[in-house]
Amino acid sequence: MNSIPTFSSMTPEAGLKKAMELSRPDIIAEISASNLKGRGGAGFPTGVKWNFAASAHADRKYIVCNADEGEPGTFKDRVILQEYADLVFEGMTIAAKAVGAKEGILFLRGEYTYLRPHLEAVLQRRREAKLLGPEVLGAVFPFDIRIFMGAGAYICGEETALIECIEGFRGEPRNRPPFPVNTGFLGRPSVVNNVETLAWAACILQRGADWFKSHGTEKSTGIKIFSVSGDCEKPGIYEFPLGISVLELLKKVGGEHARAVQIGGASGLCVPASEFHRAIAFEDIPTGGSVIVFGPQRDMLEVLHNFLEFFVDESCGQCTPCRLGNRKLLEGVEMLQAGTCSMTYLRELCALGESMQLASKCGLGQSSPSAFLSVVKHFRDELMGRVTLPTHG
Amino acid sequence: MSNPNPLDLDIARRAPTSQRAQTIAATASAQAIGGHVSLTIDGQPVKVPLGTTILEAAKTIGAHIPTLCHHPDLCVAGVCRICSVEVEGMRTLQAACAFPVTAPIHVHTHTRKVRQARRHIVDLLLSDHYGDCYTCKRNNNCELQSLAQEYAVDFFRFGHPEKPRHTIDTSSYSVVRDLDKCVLCRRCVRTCIDLQEVGTIEVLGRGDQSHIKAFQDKPLGDVVCINCGQCINRCPTGALHAHDDTDEVWAAIDDPKKHVVIQTAPSPRAAIGECFGMPPGTPLTFQLNTALRRAGFDRVFDTNFSADLTIMEEGTELLFRLKKALLLREPAAFPQFTSCSPGWVKYLEHFYPEYIPNLSTAKSPQQMFGAVIKTYYAQKHGIDPKDIVTVALMPCSAKKFECNRPEMDASGFKDVDYGLTTRELARMIRESGIHLPDMPKSDFDQPFGTATGSGVIFGATGGVMEAALRTVLEVVTGKPVEALFENANIQPVRGFEGVRYVELPIDEVGPVPDLFKDHVPHWNFLKGQTLKVAVAHGTANAKKVMEDIKRGGQFSKCHFIEFMGCPGGCLGGGGQPIPTTPEIRKARAAAIYSEDADYQIRKSHENPDVMRIYNEFLTDGPCSHRSHELLHTHYVVRGKYIE
Repeated sequence: MNSIPTFSSMTPEAGLKKAMELSRPDIIAEISASNLKGRGGAGFPTGVKWNFAASAHADRKYIVCNADEGEPGTFKDRVILQEYADLVFEGMTIAAKAVGAKEGILFLRGEYTYLRPHLEAVLQRRREAKLLGPEVLGAVFPFDIRIFMGAGAYICGEETALIECIEGFRGEPRNRPPFPVNTGFLGRPSVVNNVETLAWAACILQRGADWFKSHGTEKSTGIKIFSVSGDCEKPGIYEFPLGISVLELLKKVGGEHARAVQIGGASGLCVPASEFHRAIAFEDIPTGGSVIVFGPQRDMLEVLHNFLEFFVDESCGQCTPCRLGNRKLLEGVEMLQAGTCSMTYLRELCALGESMQLASKCGLGQSSPSAFLSVVKHFRDELMGRVTLPTHG
Repeated sequence: MSNPNPLDLDIARRAPTSQRAQTIAATASAQAIGGHVSLTIDGQPVKVPLGTTILEAAKTIGAHIPTLCHHPDLCVAGVCRICSVEVEGMRTLQAACAFPVTAPIHVHTHTRKVRQARRHIVDLLLSDHYGDCYTCKRNNNCELQSLAQEYAVDFFRFGHPEKPRHTIDTSSYSVVRDLDKCVLCRRCVRTCIDLQEVGTIEVLGRGDQSHIKAFQDKPLGDVVCINCGQCINRCPTGALHAHDDTDEVWAAIDDPKKHVVIQTAPSPRAAIGECFGMPPGTPLTFQLNTALRRAGFDRVFDTNFSADLTIMEEGTELLFRLKKALLLREPAAFPQFTSCSPGWVKYLEHFYPEYIPNLSTAKSPQQMFGAVIKTYYAQKHGIDPKDIVTVALMPCSAKKFECNRPEMDASGFKDVDYGLTTRELARMIRESGIHLPDMPKSDFDQPFGTATGSGVIFGATGGVMEAALRTVLEVVTGKPVEALFENANIQPVRGFEGVRYVELPIDEVGPVPDLFKDHVPHWNFLKGQTLKVAVAHGTANAKKVMEDIKRGGQFSKCHFIEFMGCPGGCLGGGGQPIPTTPEIRKARAAAIYSEDADYQIRKSHENPDVMRIYNEFLTDGPCSHRSHELLHTHYVVRGKYIE
């Protein structure tokens, strides 16, 4: 399933044309009214982000589209870029108009290099159609977009690491504050938005904030694109309103017999069947769109091992809790698998996981223990069978 | 006479923005808004200038927040996370070193969450830190060890490596790297890239495979490293230390056939007390003389002697260059650069080899002394130079490289056999059972026993320039330098400003002193000239000046520029006691300048021992054929690229 109904139904460039008629504050007001929240998973209100960047004083500002879709089990941005690149670029142009940027950068995941010729062609076509260039739509508004290729590091999906990478440095998260909206690319205010967020921004300008708010919940408005994979009958790309329950989603994709679902990718939550009633929304289970279904035969320790191996490899290595903590959690899983992990040590590892969540420098280390902690919490019985119990007599 | 130096060159610094943005933003916001902000730390109200970090704010009320990756000389990194604190209303803990206070917040520095996170961080670091404290150069002076104690680590919660994973890199004459002890605080990387702008080392690899490596994983001896050792001075553990020559020196001392002489430089004398629990800036020059004799050295000499000799040679070289350019109208390489700092010399050989002709050919005081000891001193005292072992106490790790340069054999032998750092010598003294501060005072040995204040101030940035000016101005104008500068203190070249620029008009000239009569007919060519000099310390500042010279800017019009490889000059050298911070450098500088003020003789050309060597040995005077053979050297075009 590779088409996204709502995106397909949009009139090309209607959002941009609307934005050109509006003043900068009005564009931001529309986005703010829609309560659009970052679709990359963090859920930061887009209108607030744009407003910060718009009110920052600087000689130059940048719009950066985060297409470093690296979260395991996420592939919706790839489809959006393949099928609806114009909508994304339209969203970037609207954002540029809103904050006063002249340059946009699409940070494209290294693994998506094959998309580049297509995207360059789209950009060229937009330049020819005066949708990009020195005078966008004939107005005194210069804006152009270039593509920057990532080199395959998961951490570069973190917005400040992404900016470091574009600046030519090792992709590693910065200290926050300051935030990119004030001190971003080359020290200038920069809006970093996910591919999907920008596409929705274009839709919102076209159809209005009220249309967007008519979907979803009060705190999580609108529609979300999901990448569904794993043990289900119909994996693929879906669009659902936010607030959908896990069970409802599973029914649509033919995965209702799952024992657990990983929502939000490797760094997300592992939701057991007993909690399938919970809602996928920023106020309950937040997500960047990745849904991985685990069928009844899955060994949760094996799942965990896989995730932690990923984090050990993908941690940038900068901060202590993430660099070494993930290694210790992985070793802990291996001890659990071998039945050599004591109860005391398991408790210590859970405490370590909490310390990592609290003390890591960026979202990677802060969220990487989530899967470990939720598996230990929800699949205790399964783990208990493998821990070493004290022997008596 | 002097003008405030407006040098503010926009040279792109190489440290990642992640590590710089913090400081910039904090400063910018503080400047933009100004004013103060009130916050509470552990319930105590604090008022600090806007943009102050939580760490700095906590210091003002005596709340201790532990640090590891933080260093007052370096930009903020916020990577070790040991300084994590709780800020009310924030989901995660915040790094106190990296969090600028811009709003009234409530900070808690030792809640349960904070304590647990810090303990876990220490536990994690120990789980990745191979080596035991007994055998470590940094035993008792290790920040990781202190943290383990502070957080009451009683066992290795997350294990401890049983085997080393890296081989120790001993390829460099100066810096030894033991990656098994590295805690990846990256202070060395920030030192090398940002403080010194050399960029020898970087982080390679990702996650728990990340490690500090030189270019292409090559050993340190094979890459563009200037041996300044600033990385050693900032390493919190024993992962970086200076090449240890103490065993060789002990062996020489224990060999009855060897005549072991040591020269001591002014900077270590102002700092070595720190290794014995004295406050920074406690000069122990004369106590050290006693300690060294008791430890077994046969003679103790003062590097100030050869510093004065250096001034005579280097100052004369400058006057000869001026004569060449102004009197003979022949091309001469200007500005002349000082060559005392081996870190700076190697920096120039790597990064600006086209400017080697500008470098003074005069050897550094260390090397001059070595050559003099194995020739003049050996002859005078009837000692076979092959039996003499010359040791130099230096504040410097690059001196170890310098004394091993193959061209440093003018005496027919290796001029200086071993360069010891302040830290190494402190260990030798301790091993001798001596508590240095308790030693009675004693003088230096003859025939180099008289020193001048000019020699002493070589230890501080601007000191070589001040010493040179004291001599050059007097030699040329015939008037005492006190007529121009009160107490001969040439204040404009002093201080810690990264780059200083001074203009000195020469209104009148005097008669040519006897020492120069054979070479210079008169000084008239200098009359009405303005002597332009500059001082830069730390290679990052040297880079600014060099780039300006390349562009034909203000500094290209200078006649003489003093460059020191290390921030603060020798007193902040890579061989000095750890820690070295801006405050400690200031205290050491104060000790050095107060020692200068105490000397009877303040000017190199008035040193009777120096005059005697020109009368008895180097009879053709400074920069003559003989002195060129012994006291001057040549340089190597190294370039930035290695094979």
